[in-house]
Amino acid sequence: MKSLSWLIGLLIVIGAIPMITHDVTLRETVFIILMYIALAESLNIILGYTGYVSFGHIVFYGIGGYVAFLMIQNYGLNIIPAMILAGLFSALVAYCLGLAILRLRGAYFAIATIGVNEAVKALITNLEQVGGAEGIYFNIKVYSAYGGAEHAIWLSYYLMLAVTIAVVIVSWFVKKSKFGLGLMAIREDEDAAITLGVNTSKYKTLAYALSALFPGMIGAIFFFKNGNIEPESAFHLTKSIEMIFMVMLGGFGTVTGPMIGAIVYERIRGFLIVSEMFKALHIAISGIILLLIVLFMPRGIIGFVRDKIPALRRFVE
Amino acid sequence: MILKVENITKRFGGLVAVNNVSFEVNEKEILGIIGPNGAGKTTLFNVISGIYKPEKGKVIFDGKDITGLPPFKIARLGIARTHQIVKPLNELTVKENVMVGACFGREYLDLDSAEKVAEDVLKFVGLYEKADLLAGKLNVPEKKRLELARALASKPKLILLDEVLAGLNPVEVMEMVEVIKKIRESGVTILMIEHLMHAIMQISDRIIVLDYGQKIAEGKPEDVANDPKVIEAYLGDPELVLKLTKR
Amino acid sequence: MLDVWIDSIISGILLGLVYGLAAIGLSLIWGVMKVINLSHGAFIALGMFTAYFLFAFGLNPYLGVPIIFALGIILGIAVYFVALHRIIDAPELSTLLSTFSISLFIIGLGTFVWTTIPYAIDIHVGSISIGNITILGTKVIAGIVSIILTILLYIFLYRTKTGKAVRAVSMNRVAAELMGINTTRILALSFGIGIALAMTAGALIATIFPFTILSGGVYELKSFVICVLGGLGSPIGALVGGLILGIIENVITLQIPTGLVPFIEFTILVAVLLIKPSGLLGGEV
Ligand SMILES: Nc1ncnc2c1ncn2[C@@H]1O[C@H](COP(=O)(O)OP(=O)(O)O)[C@@H](O)[C@H]1O
Ligand SMILES: [Mg+2]
Repeated sequence: MKSLSWLIGLLIVIGAIPMITHDVTLRETVFIILMYIALAESLNIILGYTGYVSFGHIVFYGIGGYVAFLMIQNYGLNIIPAMILAGLFSALVAYCLGLAILRLRGAYFAIATIGVNEAVKALITNLEQVGGAEGIYFNIKVYSAYGGAEHAIWLSYYLMLAVTIAVVIVSWFVKKSKFGLGLMAIREDEDAAITLGVNTSKYKTLAYALSALFPGMIGAIFFFKNGNIEPESAFHLTKSIEMIFMVMLGGFGTVTGPMIGAIVYERIRGFLIVSEMFKALHIAISGIILLLIVLFMPRGIIGFVRDKIPALRRFVE
Repeated sequence: MILKVENITKRFGGLVAVNNVSFEVNEKEILGIIGPNGAGKTTLFNVISGIYKPEKGKVIFDGKDITGLPPFKIARLGIARTHQIVKPLNELTVKENVMVGACFGREYLDLDSAEKVAEDVLKFVGLYEKADLLAGKLNVPEKKRLELARALASKPKLILLDEVLAGLNPVEVMEMVEVIKKIRESGVTILMIEHLMHAIMQISDRIIVLDYGQKIAEGKPEDVANDPKVIEAYLGDPELVLKLTKR
Repeated sequence: MLDVWIDSIISGILLGLVYGLAAIGLSLIWGVMKVINLSHGAFIALGMFTAYFLFAFGLNPYLGVPIIFALGIILGIAVYFVALHRIIDAPELSTLLSTFSISLFIIGLGTFVWTTIPYAIDIHVGSISIGNITILGTKVIAGIVSIILTILLYIFLYRTKTGKAVRAVSMNRVAAELMGINTTRILALSFGIGIALAMTAGALIATIFPFTILSGGVYELKSFVICVLGGLGSPIGALVGGLILGIIENVITLQIPTGLVPFIEFTILVAVLLIKPSGLLGGEV
């Protein structure tokens, strides 16, 4: 519990700063950091705990984004129920999809998830009812229900903070539960797990659904705040890989790892984009950093710290 | 009688790995299975534990037909097993490995009770000092004990041991044999595959012999050892003849 | 009407052969190394630009093929030792990410140098007309070059000692090692050949369509679909898969919007994976 309190405390501190200073630039930065944390922690449930490489995980963020956007735009639904609906819908999609594709192992599963993301993207791009390739823009009136755009943005910020805290708590409890133990057994050796009595297909599917629930909600918040949604940004494969990157960077399978990974990643990215020297080359440099991590720090920052300072092991989960 | 295997046949493409095999296991006995490499012993375990569906035949456990049930259901009914090629959950600790067995096995315990069971079982197999080590860091004999501990933690009625003595040195073999005897004393029925003749002859109540997927002999250890058909089967495998004659 | 169909089918076959070539590279890498090469698209794009600059220096892109192929082998071997050798036995996530990091690196540099505006190779080799059907010469030559390269690859794999070693490693790396094959060399070479095939396919595509540094991604995804159709790890399957995809792509666009093609392709991909993960034509190298 101690380690969880630390993490939540940290999140609240980070989250509270922009509220106190009313610094809009800072709020935007923190919003992105929170979003990264929540996405990375979600992915970690299927990737880090269960060992299934969901390469196209961003599809759930995109689906959630579209569901909420359409609900708000067409039916005047409030963002909060729309967000919950979006999350549940993404989870449901993941559940059904998982029943099919979680039978695939290793690289085959990874390819299938890329395929799913690309298929959904292509479908939405061609559906004029949901805006096609151009996407959809909010009607200006949408935000007036929340007391104007500025209020809507703050509301998005609070929601993102709340969702992020929720994800971290859920990740922590999953990791500490019997369910989590079953997932990690699957990660280590699925055949051993099933002979030991783990209902592997049920567990995997539930983990996949859970890891899609929050991205659905996050997509809803992000695109609500954004005021516009289009397939290219909703189902951008690179974002998927950024998520994996953050999990790896921090240390996969841990609760603290994806959080640290997300914060460090956002800082690196921010630095590269702002720096005159690196701005144009930031993609190439990201590539080099990713390679170095994969080659030399496969357990990420947390794994590295735990190896070097065993005393810390009890405090970082 | 706790387990009844009826006319099991399992094919891989053209190869008949297990061919119309039937036998029974009585409660609280140790039934040994021997046979040359590739005889189909492991495949038979895989059929009993639900990894493979047999083309033909039935597996009856505790009066219930379990043929074709998924492995996790069979585990929960009370059949646990070890693997010939060990399958440790490398990045989990030794204790966590054993807790998986306790949590998802016959008693389906919650985490706290599972932890207690795991500690007891680890003491029982002599692995308690390593409880907090990552399982991947164990050596092979320790990994074999871990396999056993995980299986025991599920509180099975029947345990399938697949060559738990292979690769152990004589001292380790003796220790393991003692553990197996203690398991039997605790009331668990044991079905074990073994290559080490002197050990299995000494420990088993009865033995069945497989060759090319078929059961070619069944009976008391001394009878089986003198059965001409068994000797012939083993003569085909020089390595095993050596093992038979070594002690 | 019939002419339109025939025209589409022929185009489909020719393009399918080129797609097949890129996919064979992906398939070879998977078959031998069990690595999904996420830098395939980046190398396809690199092949496009190499052909472009060779052409700009006055070299006919078709004559440039051997140069591009050789360059591909060298780059591939280099990438193997930098990014893959250390983690070849690690879980698949590691190699997925390391090849992706190479892709980021190439695309990042490429965007920096060439931006993302379209380039095109302005080559004219006439066209072939039979009745009402006209087929661009560039497509015909691309198809033929692809066939030749595929045949050469097969001769290499089945008739040379090194090629046989490649096949041995793909069947069972440990056993091959025990037989005295230097598997590191074979893995590096296989990756080199896979990359060379990707770059050559890119060069051929560049003679037909305009391209940007990002164009490779599309063909990489096509390569996935093709490999899954033909069975990952099977070069001949990849070739046939390429033909199927080329034809489907060209024929269905007569009926439905082009934009929906990726949707159909990826639906096929997922469906095939689910029904028969070893591919419709599954098999070994
Ligand atoms: N999954 C499988 N696929 C194909 N053949 C198999 C498989 N498992 C075992 N076999 C074959 O079945 C036969 C029996 O194997 P096995 O049961 O492992 O023998 P044993 O345990 O008695 O040494 C062997 O010829 C083996 O090659
Ligand atoms: Mg065996």
